[in-house]
Amino acid sequence: MPDLSINFAGIKSPNPFWLASAPPTNSGYQVMKAFDAGWGGAVWKTLGVPVVNVSSRYGGVNYRDKRLIGFNNIELISDRPLADNLREIEEVKKRFPNHAVIASLMVQTRQEWHDIVRQSQDAGADGFELNFGCPHGMCERGMGSAVGQEPKVLQMIVEWVMEVATKPVIVKLTPNISDITEPAMAARRGGANAISLINTIQSIVGVDLDQFAPYPIVDGKGSNGGYCGPAVKPIALNMVKNCAQHPDINLPISGIGGIENWRDAVEHILLGASSVQVCTAAMHFGFGIIREMTSGLEQYMVEKGFNTIYDMVGKALPNVLHWEDLNMKYKVTANINEDKCIGCQLCYTACEDGAHQAIKLNAGTRVPEIIEENCVGCNLCSLVCPVEQCITMERTDDGTQHLTWKERTEAGDVPTEFNDEKAGGRHHWVPEPSAALGKERHKTLPGKARVINGETEVPTEA
Amino acid sequence: MAEFFTPTTEQEFAENFAQLKPVMNRTEALYESSRCLFCFDAPCIKACPSGIDIPQFIRQINSGNDTGAARTIYEANYFGNACGKVCPTEVLCEGACVYNLQEVKPIEIGRLQSFATTKVIKSGEKLFGPGVDNGKKVAVIGAGPAGISAACELRSLGYEVDVFEAKAQPSGLTVYGVAPYKITNEETLAEMAYLQAQFGYNTHFNSLIKSREELAELENKYDAIFLGIGLGKTNELGLPGEDKINCTGAVEFISELRQHHHEVAVGRKVIVLGGGNTAMDAASESSRLGAETVILAYRRAKEEMGAYDFEYDLAKGVGVKGLFNVAPIEITGNGYVTGVKFIRTETKDGRVQEIAGSEFVETCDMVIKATGQAKQAEFLSLIPGLKLDGKGRIIANAHTGQTANPKYFASGDAWNGGAEVVNAAAEAKLTARGIHAYLS
Ligand SMILES: Cc1cc2nc3c(=O)[nH]c(=O)nc-3n(C[C@H](O)[C@H](O)[C@H](O)COP(=O)(O)OP(=O)(O)OC[C@H]3O[C@@H](n4cnc5c(N)ncnc54)[C@H](O)[C@@H]3O)c2cc1C
Ligand SMILES: Cc1cc2nc3c(=O)[nH]c(=O)nc-3n(C[C@H](O)[C@H](O)[C@H](O)COP(=O)(O)O)c2cc1C
Ligand code: SF4
Ligand code: SF4
Ligand code: SF4
Repeated sequence: MPDLSINFAGIKSPNPFWLASAPPTNSGYQVMKAFDAGWGGAVWKTLGVPVVNVSSRYGGVNYRDKRLIGFNNIELISDRPLADNLREIEEVKKRFPNHAVIASLMVQTRQEWHDIVRQSQDAGADGFELNFGCPHGMCERGMGSAVGQEPKVLQMIVEWVMEVATKPVIVKLTPNISDITEPAMAARRGGANAISLINTIQSIVGVDLDQFAPYPIVDGKGSNGGYCGPAVKPIALNMVKNCAQHPDINLPISGIGGIENWRDAVEHILLGASSVQVCTAAMHFGFGIIREMTSGLEQYMVEKGFNTIYDMVGKALPNVLHWEDLNMKYKVTANINEDKCIGCQLCYTACEDGAHQAIKLNAGTRVPEIIEENCVGCNLCSLVCPVEQCITMERTDDGTQHLTWKERTEAGDVPTEFNDEKAGGRHHWVPEPSAALGKERHKTLPGKARVINGETEVPTEA
Repeated sequence: MAEFFTPTTEQEFAENFAQLKPVMNRTEALYESSRCLFCFDAPCIKACPSGIDIPQFIRQINSGNDTGAARTIYEANYFGNACGKVCPTEVLCEGACVYNLQEVKPIEIGRLQSFATTKVIKSGEKLFGPGVDNGKKVAVIGAGPAGISAACELRSLGYEVDVFEAKAQPSGLTVYGVAPYKITNEETLAEMAYLQAQFGYNTHFNSLIKSREELAELENKYDAIFLGIGLGKTNELGLPGEDKINCTGAVEFISELRQHHHEVAVGRKVIVLGGGNTAMDAASESSRLGAETVILAYRRAKEEMGAYDFEYDLAKGVGVKGLFNVAPIEITGNGYVTGVKFIRTETKDGRVQEIAGSEFVETCDMVIKATGQAKQAEFLSLIPGLKLDGKGRIIANAHTGQTANPKYFASGDAWNGGAEVVNAAAEAKLTARGIHAYLS
C-alpha cells in the first residue's frame, strides 16, 4: 500500500485531502464527521469578526442535465462568534490529534491579527491559512482579495502574522489578479511557509431572464460572487503551475479549485501541489466522496509505482513549456476508425464549420473521410467525436526533426510582414467564399433540415 | 390462466392498457434531451416520413424552449403529438438513431416529441393561424390524419375548408384503430381540438359522403376535393361459418374497444387470424381485456409475418401464443363460434401449400379476423375519371397528390394502401401544397 500521508510545510496529515475553508468546515460537528469519513485535514471556515449573511447565497451553472459544473456564492467569512469556533477546534483536535486542523483567518489591524493568531494557536490549530482571496463582501472592507491584489500590503500582513505565529502559515491567493506569481512572491518575502490557491473567481453565474437580475437573487437584486467548482479547475491548474515553476517562490503549494475526484487531485499534484483542498464537491455530494478519492489515488499510485505523494508532486512540470519551445516539426493527422464510427458526422460539421474543411462525406456511407492534406492536426474532430478512441490523432512526421518557434525566430525564419510568404496558412487549401452559398450550400443545413421532402414509394401517375 | 383480469371499470381498463410511451415529465425530458448528440444531417430526420427536424426540437427542449420545440414539430407534422405516441419509432426515427450502432439505447424521440406537443396542447398556446383568406374553398372527405392535416395546411394557405366525416369524431383510425395502450382517446381528441382552434376549418361529423349527387354538389361548391378516406372494413375471408356470432373483423373489434373500453366483451379463448400489425394489436388487446387464451394463427411461418418484430414481442409479452403454418378453412359452431377448422400448410418455393389430411379444429369462443382492410372501390367508382391501381389504391402524383380527375386529390391510406399515421400526415401536407399550386 502506498503511503498517502503528507507533511505540508510542517503540517502533518494522514492523506493530502483537506476540506477547504468554506461551509463544510463551519463547525466542529461537520469537521468531525469529515475526519470520521476519511478526510485528512480541514481548513476551518475563515475566522474574524463574525459577519451577517444574506439569503439566498448561492448560484449554479448547469450544463445540459449536469448540475453545478460551476458554483458561486456571495457568502462572507464565519458568522459564528470566535470563541465558539475556537472551542470546537480544540474539541476536534483532542478527538483527532493526527488530523490537520488549519485556522483560516481574516482580520484588519495588526493588533487583530496578533490576537487571532495567538488565540487559534492556543486552541490547538496545526497551522494558519491567511485568507487574502475572498472576492466579494470582504474586499469592500479592505480585506480578502483587496489584500491579495496588493502584494505590498499582503507582505506586510504576513510579516505581522509571522511576528507571533509558532505554527506554519499558508497564504491563500486570489485568482482575481493578472499575475498570480506576484502575490505568491510577496507571501514568500513576508516569510510565509506555504501558499494555497485558488480562492474563488469574481463572477456572475447567470442572469434570471424574467427578473432581469443576476443569480443568486436577493429581493430582486444580486451581486457579483465567487466562482468555483469543476469549471474552475483549468484556471486553478494553470495558476498552480505558474507558482510551482517560478524559481523565486519555492514554497509548498496546497492546490484548490475544481477538485471532485482522484483524477482532479492527481492533476493538481502533478503540477506541483502537495496537498489539495475541496469545497464545492463536498457541498454537492457530501463528505462520502472522500472514499472514491482515496481509493482512486491509491490505485493510481500502485499502478505507477509511487510510494509516497512526493514521488509524484510536480511530475508534469518539466513538460509544461512556453509555446515558443514546442516542437513545430511534430505533426499529427486525424484518423477515423471506421469500425467504431457511428456516423453522427459531428466531426464533419465541426471541421467544416469550425476548422479546416478537412473532412468529407462520401455517398453510400455515413462514415466521414479525412482529407489528409487539409488536416492541420488541430484535434477538434477527435474532441467532438462521441465514441471513445474512434478518432485518433496519428503521428505523421518521422520524429527525427525538432524545431521550435524560438529557434525559427532566432534564424529569421518567421513571418514578419502582413502578406509574408512564410504565413502558416498560406499554402493550405481554403474554399472560395462564394461556394458557401453556391455549390457547397448543402454542407451547412443538409437534407430535411432545410427542405421537407415527401417522397415515398407509392403509386404515381407517370 | 389469463394474463389480465377482465377490466370492469375505467380505471382497471387504464391499468390493463397502460400507455407504452407515457408522457415525460420535465426532468426526464431534460435528461433524455441531454443525451442527444445533435448529429449532422441526422439519420433520425431522414427516417421520419414527415421529416421533423429532430435534433432541432430536442435542442429546443434542452434549452428550455418547449414552445419552440412544439413549433418545430408541428411545422413538419400536424399530428405531432399522436405520432410521438403511435409511430413505430423502432423502425423509423429511433431505429435510425446513431446510438444503435454503439449498442446504446437510442434517444426516445417519440416521447420527447409528445412531451413538447402535450405542453402546448395543454396550455392552448397558439402557434399557428389561418392564412389570409384567398376566397377559394376546398372540401375534405375524411377527418383522419390525412384529412385533418390537409385541412390545417390548406387553412394556413388561406382556403376555406369544410371537412366531411362519416364518424362522430375526428382523427380517423387514430381514435378508432390504434391500440389503446399507444394513445388515449383524450390525448387524440385534445390534439384535434387544438388544431381546429388554431386553423378554424369547419367539421361536419356523421356526414358520410356516399352518392354521386353528394359528390356532384361538392364538385360544384368547392374548387378542389381532398380524399382522405382511408381504407374500409375488414376483408371477408369467404369461409363457411364466417357469419357466426363472435366472429368479427379486427378493425371493427378495435373500433368498439376504442369507444367503449371495458364494456367490450372478449371471448375466454380467442383466435386471431392474421400476421400483420393489426393482428398483433387485436391479440394483445384481447389478452388485456382478460381473455384466458389468445392464439395468433398465421398461414405462414413466424419469420414471414408482416408485423414488426417489436409488435409480435409486445403480443408475446402479454401471453399471446403463436400458431404458425395453418390456414383456416371453416369457422365452426351453431349460432355462436365454437372453433376454427385449420389445415396445416408448408411453404414450398415461396408458395403456401396445404398439407392434405392435416385438418384439425382449434376450439375457441371468439374469432377476430385481422386479414387486412378492404379498399373503398365502390365509393371511388362514383368519382368520374378517378383511376385505381391493381391493388385498389388511388393513383395520384407523389408530389402534388393530384388524381386522374384534376379536381380530386388524395393522400393517406387510400393512396398508399395502408401505412402509418405519420405517412398520412406527411403526404397530406404535401398534397395541400399541390392543391394550392393547382388553384393558384
Ligand atoms: C388496427 C390498426 C392499428 C393501427 N395502429 C397504428 C399505429 O400504432 N401507429 C400508426 O402510425 N398507424 C397505425 N395504424 C395505421 C393508421 O391508423 C393509418 O395509416 C392512418 O390512420 C391513415 O390515415 P387516413 O387519414 O389515411 O385514414 P383513416 O385514419 O382511416 O381516416 C379516414 C377517415 O375518413 C372517413 N371516411 C371514409 N370514407 C368516408 C366517406 N365516404 N365520407 C366521409 N368520411 C369518410 C373515415 O370514417 C375515417 O375517419 C393502424 C391501423 C389499424 C387499422
Ligand atoms: C459558499 C462558499 C464559501 C466560501 N468561504 C470561504 C472562506 O470563508 N474562506 C476561504 O478562504 N475560502 C472560502 N471559499 C472558497 C473555497 O475555500 C475554495 O477556495 C473554492 O471554493 C475553490 O474550491 P472548489 O472548486 O473545490 O470549490 C468559499 C467557497 C464557497 C463556495
Ligand atoms: S484535426 Fe482538425 S483539421 Fe484535422 S480533420 Fe480534425 S478537425 Fe479537421
Ligand atoms: S464524430 Fe466520430 S462517430 Fe461521429 S461520424 Fe465522426 S468519426 Fe464517426
Ligand atoms: S440520430 Fe439520435 S443522437 Fe443523432 S440527432 Fe437523431 S436522436 Fe439525436
